[in-house]
Amino acid sequence: MATRTIVPFGPQHPVLPEPIHLDLVLEDEKVVSAIPSIGFIHRGLEKLVEKKDFQEMTYVAERICGICSFIHGQSYCQAIEGVMKIDVPERALYLRTIWGELSRIHSHLLWLGLFADGFGFESLFMHSWRVREKIVDIIEETTGGRVIFGSAKIGGVRRDIDNLTLKRIEGELRTIEKMCHEITDVFKKDSSVKRRTVGKGMLSKEDALALGAVGPTLRGSGVSSDMRKLGYAAYAKINWEPILETGCDCYARCMVRCRELYASFDMIYQSTAKIPDGPVDVKVTGNPAGEYFSRTEQPRGEVIYYVKANNTKNLERFRVRTPTFANIPPLVKMLGGCELADVPVIVLTIDPCISCTER
Amino acid sequence: MSQMSIGKVVSRSALSRPATRLYPFEKRPFYKNTRGAVAIDIDKCILCGICQKRCPTQAIIVTKAAKDWQINRLRCISCGACVDACPKKCLWLENKYSPAVVLKGADDTVHQEDKASMRETQV
Repeated sequence: MATRTIVPFGPQHPVLPEPIHLDLVLEDEKVVSAIPSIGFIHRGLEKLVEKKDFQEMTYVAERICGICSFIHGQSYCQAIEGVMKIDVPERALYLRTIWGELSRIHSHLLWLGLFADGFGFESLFMHSWRVREKIVDIIEETTGGRVIFGSAKIGGVRRDIDNLTLKRIEGELRTIEKMCHEITDVFKKDSSVKRRTVGKGMLSKEDALALGAVGPTLRGSGVSSDMRKLGYAAYAKINWEPILETGCDCYARCMVRCRELYASFDMIYQSTAKIPDGPVDVKVTGNPAGEYFSRTEQPRGEVIYYVKANNTKNLERFRVRTPTFANIPPLVKMLGGCELADVPVIVLTIDPCISCTER
Repeated sequence: MSQMSIGKVVSRSALSRPATRLYPFEKRPFYKNTRGAVAIDIDKCILCGICQKRCPTQAIIVTKAAKDWQINRLRCISCGACVDACPKKCLWLENKYSPAVVLKGADDTVHQEDKASMRETQV
């Protein structure tokens, strides 16, 4: 047996936008096992329910993550709406779908850029982010914020997009979609991308299920699991199918995200065509009492919101299980047996979002 | 052929205008909806204090006795909860950000001169 060495990876590492620490046990250049540790940026947001009332918590929920902020806010609102049995107006549901998908596109483009940067393809990184900028502009125009949408609200959404703007945005998105094709073609066909990703970080279908992987990590291993199929917001009213890849490697996970971009574009087109006129929110009165699980699909996978309310303005318990947290055990499995040089690429394929994980 | 895929994108962007702006000579225009700094029309304000109650970050301090409305710009998250709650509709969100400050703490919460400058911007 060769001598074992332990190489620390993170919490500060060029490929990591956020701090996660891995102790990599190496035999020569091969990773034998990886020991993760989290907890560098714990903020205690779940505890905040004792201080902030259930309406104010919407703003806190949105700030759990900077990339999938809208879906966090939406999931929280859905949980409270479930407790209080509020019927959200149809138009608000469609608007939630549109903003949710816009945030998925911007998150996936951001990830594609970071991923390209992870294996040193810097011009591809730049071009992904150039396209993402246009999506962020649309988000700012419609919600007022570039990253924090601030548009989710218990009982609906806080602002409307008029039909004329929706039509114009649809046109803009069709141009952006063409730009996306140019970029995803590179990920799909370029030999240098393939050499760094194909066959790396294998996660079999059985392992993915047993270790509780979620989102693109799970779908890249050939398991059809997408929380949007639960039919929350307007997802039950539009035609779409979960994206599946069966490669089980880094390339498959990348392809899932590339193809999800177009699925999201298509969902926005369908939503803008079907969106009904009407109010965008209902008045919420009284305090919630009861408990509820809200499950939604974020760009990174399934997020679970649990709320327990006791008829006061402060919730009794608030718990968030985020996708990155669920994807850490599969990550450890993927790292076993890989080369040290592949570690950054494999870590990035789960799209780690540590602020979410630690809340 | 596979190496050519990025070549198309790169050559097109080399021949077109830069994707970035020449800041600070060319500034980015804000959208109508951009959520920037909170502004107040103090003459219409009845100092009811609802904005203070609704503010999730406790950035607003209303003192009825001193007839004073203050906001801590570093605490404000521009969520617009105060704007939605205001019964007299004298609060609104500017579509530009508040200027940078050099001091942090209670003293740089805003204050008479800022109110004056806000009134100027309204005119």
